[in-house]
Amino acid sequence: MSEQRKAETPDWRDEIFAALKAAEIRQVGYVPDAGHARLIELCRDDPEMRAVPLTTEEEGVALAAGAWLGGQRAALLMQSSGVGNCINMLSLTKNCRFPLPMLIAMRGEWAEFNPWQVPMGSKTQAALELCDVLVYRVERAEEAAETVVAALDIAFNGDLATAVLLSQRLIGAKRWVK
Amino acid sequence: MIANDPNLDRRLDRRAAMRTLLEDRGDLLLVTGLGSTTWDAAAVGDDDRNFYLWGAMGAAAMVGLGLAIARPESRVLVVTGDGEMLMGLGALATIGVQRPLNLAVAVFDNGHYGETGMQASHTAEGVELVAIARACGFKETFDIMDETGLRDFAAQVHKAATTLFASIAIRVDEPPRVLPPRDGVFLKTRFRRAIGID
Repeated sequence: MSEQRKAETPDWRDEIFAALKAAEIRQVGYVPDAGHARLIELCRDDPEMRAVPLTTEEEGVALAAGAWLGGQRAALLMQSSGVGNCINMLSLTKNCRFPLPMLIAMRGEWAEFNPWQVPMGSKTQAALELCDVLVYRVERAEEAAETVVAALDIAFNGDLATAVLLSQRLIGAKRWVK
Repeated sequence: MIANDPNLDRRLDRRAAMRTLLEDRGDLLLVTGLGSTTWDAAAVGDDDRNFYLWGAMGAAAMVGLGLAIARPESRVLVVTGDGEMLMGLGALATIGVQRPLNLAVAVFDNGHYGETGMQASHTAEGVELVAIARACGFKETFDIMDETGLRDFAAQVHKAATTLFASIAIRVDEPPRVLPPRDGVFLKTRFRRAIGID
């Protein structure tokens, strides 16, 4: 792909941000992750969004519940390792049927260097599905935006928890030696 | 031990303390944490603007944060127990960064896990929640030991222009359980209706 062509093709991260904007997401809880770095920056810079850095991911599940009680829509950004932290808190989402869209940057799969990421990364989807979260997986850049739009739609139309797993192949494996 | 003899213990009665906090509540929105603070709020009187947590231990303060950000025109009070707050201590750091002007977090601190057999909590062993909240960036904190302190805090909940944190020393006792509705969807929907959303 030529440089010029590259510049004309919208980045999938920008398209995800546009999907959050179109869905009128007003609160974005996040634990920093390299795969979400650009999206976090866009959310933080947007005057209509309140980006809330969390100390641990389950805080975001409770934040989103509070947002909905107060009439705002929230989304949660995290890395796959954070899914394990959320398990008990997802009982709040399920019992009360709070809408909860989650965007999850995957680790521990495609070309992973760090084996410590693998136990949670390889069980992320199964763990979410055990908790009755609807899971959608994105492997290719051109599927990212439409998948996020679909996950946001069903979360807010159905009062459900949804997760979009952004695969490590899509994000690019972390480079350990530069 | 003075602490465990209700006749000698001068700390506040939890039900009376909840009643004081909810006196003339106006449009105050209330979130209570898993266990006894939920029963305390129900004992004072069920209200559509009470959101009771029956589980999700550690969630109360963060539910309050999301609600306070979403409703800047309302006052939001979280009342939870020391054990519930300890499970979500990171929330104090997260709230300390956001500092919404309309949020108050109050902990009924008896130093014990009341729902599981009155085992000692960390606050009984010297962990100071007020000091933690202050270190997390809460500018106004209250270490409440008596009725006067409680009334001062209750007034601030309605008018302070900063995020508040209070630790309220209550007696180690177990008043009879008063159970509010526990259907989560019902609690959510009636709360939203009561504040004009649905």
